[in-house]
Amino acid sequence: MSVPLTLLGLLEREPSHGYDLKRDYDAYFGRGKPLPFGQVYSTLSRLARDGKVVISEVGPGAGPDRKRYIITDLGATEVEQWLTQPVEPEPHLQTVLFAKVVLALMLDRPAGEYLDTQRSAHLQRMRELTEIKRTGNLVDALLADHGLYHLEADLRWIEMTGARLDALKRTVRP
Amino acid sequence: MTVVIEARNVEFSFGQTPALRGATIAVESGEILAIMGPSGSGKSTLLHCLAGILVPDSGEVLFDGARVDSMAETQRSSLRRDRFGFVFQFGQLVPELTAVENVALPLLLSGVRRTAALRKAYGWFERLGLEGMEQRRSGELSGGQAQRVALARGLVAEPEVLFADEPTGALDSLTGEQVMDLLVAAAREQGTTVILVTHEPRVAAYADREVIVRDGRVNAPAGIAS
Repeated sequence: MSVPLTLLGLLEREPSHGYDLKRDYDAYFGRGKPLPFGQVYSTLSRLARDGKVVISEVGPGAGPDRKRYIITDLGATEVEQWLTQPVEPEPHLQTVLFAKVVLALMLDRPAGEYLDTQRSAHLQRMRELTEIKRTGNLVDALLADHGLYHLEADLRWIEMTGARLDALKRTVRP
Repeated sequence: MTVVIEARNVEFSFGQTPALRGATIAVESGEILAIMGPSGSGKSTLLHCLAGILVPDSGEVLFDGARVDSMAETQRSSLRRDRFGFVFQFGQLVPELTAVENVALPLLLSGVRRTAALRKAYGWFERLGLEGMEQRRSGELSGGQAQRVALARGLVAEPEVLFADEPTGALDSLTGEQVMDLLVAAAREQGTTVILVTHEPRVAAYADREVIVRDGRVNAPAGIAS
């Protein structure tokens, strides 16, 4: 999660005070990890230094702030580029799980059991996310979905790897 | 919690091809259990043995303390009709009947009077968001609607155990989730035990726990007896 770009994106809706930005960031993107005020203001200062926002001195908003931040054309362009460019897909080849499986096979340990344990842990997390989906609002549900689809992809990898352990073992223990 | 249904060291072969090789599993009352595993691993065969549809070559199947595997076919048929419910991958609705008649079918087969059976069946349509679909036949329902009708049929008689074999397998993701939401909510409300066969992790995530069937045997996650 890029805090500067997310704050810029929030500012593109309308000029805002730092307090309001933090409140909206926490509500939509914080997910239990609120953004510290210090980080909000230091980020906004950097954005102002770089010409991506300007500061207008007006009266306080919902909080005690007197500064209101306005996105510039440069900032808006950056948000546009960020939104339209795809995130670089992670190769997922050097994950901890991959390393554990290969090491287990190298060390003649039960890689299949490790994968079973991992599958169980993944499914337990998927149960928690499914419960959030069933009981939460749409924002919670969509975030939970994002996690669920990633975990599902991991599980498919676990299944495929589990089915190929013998061949992988021959490769890593020639 | 008490064990309501279990298989002990069950073996079953299709001709010369072994499908189950000593499968053991215990399901507690009110539990929602997912049976997972690769294609051909024996998970559906295990479900059919638990449900009394197939009789194991050896081993035991117990429901409510009684041996299902040694029952006569008529007894197993009564068990399936009166105490079990079923939902399959393709709704398998009776095409000649209306949706509400399909839902009422288990009650009618159990001897409930037609008026009472239909009244109870109608109650499921609002619950499952199917108002107005009561008089449609299966060909006039979408896949998701048909599966919700099948779900209502599986639960209308308030079975003690619902067997669901890939109940979302023919549906898109969103529709499948809606069906699972309804299945879980209705089963919890009625206290119905659910045994769910699926190869989809996102469907299994609706269950309380999962077991993996591989090569005809049941592997439970570490720390969970089965």
